[in-house]
Amino acid sequence: MDNVKKALAEIVGEDHVSAEPEELYIYSYDLGTTEPHRPDYAVAPRTTEEVQGIVKLANKEKIPVVPLGGGLSLAGLAVPLRGGIALDLKRMDTIIEVNEKARYALVECGVSQAQMCSYLERYHPTLTHSEPGAPGPATIGGNVAIHGQGDLAQPYGFSSDMINGLEIVLPTGEVCRFGSCSISAGWFTLHPLPDLGLFLGWSGTTGIITKVSLRLFPCKRIRGTGQFVVEDEELVPEVMHKLTHTQMAEDIIAYSQAIPPFTSGLHHITINIGGDSEEELEFKQKLLWDDTLGEYIRRGDGGFLGFRRGLDRPVVAKTSDWRKGGGFEYVGAIMPVDTYPECYRRGREISERHDIPYTVLGRCIGMSHAMMFSWTYAFNRADPESIRQAREALHESDDLALELGGTLWKPGLYGQKLVMERMDSNTLELMKKVKQLLDPNGIMNPGNWEVA
Amino acid sequence: MYELKFDENECLSCVTCDCLTRCQYMDIDKDTAKTEMSKIFNGEDSFVLHDCRTCYACEEYCKMGNHPFYLIVERQEEMDIPPRPRPLIKRSVGIGIPFRGEPEIKEVKEPVLSMGTFAPLTNDLIQGKLFQGVSLISTDPRTMFHFFCQLMYLHDARTSVIKERLPKTIETIARYNVKEVIFFHDECYGTFTSYAPAVGIEVPFKPIHFFEYLYNRLKELRDEIKPLNLKVAYQRPCSSRLSSDKLHLVDDIFNLIGVEHVKREYVGENALCCGGTILGQRKEGSRQLAADVQRRNIEDMINAGAELCVFNCPACWDTLAELVAQRGIRPIYMSDLCRLAIGEKPAGWR
Repeated sequence: MDNVKKALAEIVGEDHVSAEPEELYIYSYDLGTTEPHRPDYAVAPRTTEEVQGIVKLANKEKIPVVPLGGGLSLAGLAVPLRGGIALDLKRMDTIIEVNEKARYALVECGVSQAQMCSYLERYHPTLTHSEPGAPGPATIGGNVAIHGQGDLAQPYGFSSDMINGLEIVLPTGEVCRFGSCSISAGWFTLHPLPDLGLFLGWSGTTGIITKVSLRLFPCKRIRGTGQFVVEDEELVPEVMHKLTHTQMAEDIIAYSQAIPPFTSGLHHITINIGGDSEEELEFKQKLLWDDTLGEYIRRGDGGFLGFRRGLDRPVVAKTSDWRKGGGFEYVGAIMPVDTYPECYRRGREISERHDIPYTVLGRCIGMSHAMMFSWTYAFNRADPESIRQAREALHESDDLALELGGTLWKPGLYGQKLVMERMDSNTLELMKKVKQLLDPNGIMNPGNWEVA
Repeated sequence: MYELKFDENECLSCVTCDCLTRCQYMDIDKDTAKTEMSKIFNGEDSFVLHDCRTCYACEEYCKMGNHPFYLIVERQEEMDIPPRPRPLIKRSVGIGIPFRGEPEIKEVKEPVLSMGTFAPLTNDLIQGKLFQGVSLISTDPRTMFHFFCQLMYLHDARTSVIKERLPKTIETIARYNVKEVIFFHDECYGTFTSYAPAVGIEVPFKPIHFFEYLYNRLKELRDEIKPLNLKVAYQRPCSSRLSSDKLHLVDDIFNLIGVEHVKREYVGENALCCGGTILGQRKEGSRQLAADVQRRNIEDMINAGAELCVFNCPACWDTLAELVAQRGIRPIYMSDLCRLAIGEKPAGWR
């Protein structure tokens, strides 16, 4: 056993460290188009102290550390580009506290979305968190770290806006807490202490999130999804604006896709609502479908497809089935809502140019303050030409998002480069100083957000 | 091109004008009915074209078999008076496009049962002794739209789509080279026995109604039937209006398996539709009308003492099953009810 592996085993136990090729293989790739690269070690710590120990060892040995939750970002953010330690945080999966009255949950970073949902449903049915619609194993820590958005993004914003406190292991091994938890035992607010928000959106290059206090929200007894369909993409921003004005919707998503054929050229707008009683639900339905969208229905420009009880969460992964070979990746961008028509048209052109069935989706964030718009491309994992095509389409979509005035969400290396090229020089310089200050040995997820 | 056979003189000589006077959604007297039907067959605008809920019932009310409903939807299309918003119609038209390969046509032994376009939802229904020896077709969700009867486009006033696609569907089914085909769904049966002849499309096989098959098979298994002694309501689907001569089979089956078809206001020719189509129509108040129709329908079932609501149409099931269950009435498919009667336990039945 080599010395590093031995030292890692002393920290986490032999069962939770591996340098075996078949296990490293699993950590060498994600489900997108990023070229795979194997780590030298895979380690799964159970505690914050173990994370500290690993980071200190990595500093001493100058070994890269790549933290990952579910490893499902698709953009290659957890691919160990320069080898080192793949730090798998999934064993840190304790739900430490749920405070019903203050509506928050204190969890370890590796708690999965599915675990959180089922726990709340079983023990705290009047509470819910903003569930991102990712596969069940996606983690709470991973989602807040990448500024994810869930099914409460419309009223409450990004998942990272829903943080009441964070525990971070710095790249040099110290543990820091942010929010009320830094001065007391309470994890009920992140504000109003001096802002040290240096850890979200950095793809794990400035530290490792180990605990999150996550805001919870009222969960209505009956929740469901209604669908409204328009053909003219120009109507989508207007419809979203009107819907958000009602302040009745939990989640608003518009999507259009080539497959199946009945969705092609149409824009399905899914609207989640909830009610504690039939009366509350009907009140909201009347306000939304009859009063707000009725004019489109009567003109024949928009159609109400019905309301189904039970949440219909978007499953972008279905797109992987659009082509043989089961691969898909998307560019997500945070865009002004009024760019939806252009995002759709141009995205469709990109897809058609690369002979990939188009799939686009816009999720409303914060009362139409913005939307997350995604361009998704299916590819055949077994066909290098298909992967190349998808990669080109993804890069064109990165370019497009920035051209239309948007910002890239959880960008891969190509997107990070584009963002940094456009970023104003003072901000970029500050990023560089922050990175150097926090990670003097450059061990954290190297290759990502590397400011020249 | 296929043309609807509609006899204007027969319509003018009609003494009852039941097609419109009995309409459940428009209040029309006989004189108005006569006037409006004249406008419609003369290609003039009529409020009927705007207010029609496409429930199919007038097709049954016309005892002369003159196809008033088919005429109404043809005119709606010709005069661009779509009953539903354009995006929903475009979506609907897209649903029927097969996109996942060609169906594999294997040699089959009769009897042959076509499941329409509801796979995989309905595949679990065709189980047990009732269906021993039956060859199933159109059970693969990837290719089932090759077998799609297309008739739902009546709800969208797109008879042009039906006429364009139906011959191809018939050709696909005919490739099995069988004399008779049982159709699970009323809509398919109605397509081949009512719509196709009405517009002059030839059907080279004999369509058999699913209930006819069930009834005959139950008779063969008569010794195994144990009366269920349940009170049931039947949710009659809109397309059953195209085969009213087969409606008696519902009661025939119920009598055979010992269930009581409860006495209701909304039964037979007065049956209410599931509301699924009305829900999304353009006319103001459609969503609330659909809810009202559903409420009246279910309350009628409750008042009549129904313990079960029997479905055959998966679309009705999709629209109503949860709603009836919320009101304490168990939804069940006709085939599952029949299976219960011969001592079998349908999937999920407790």
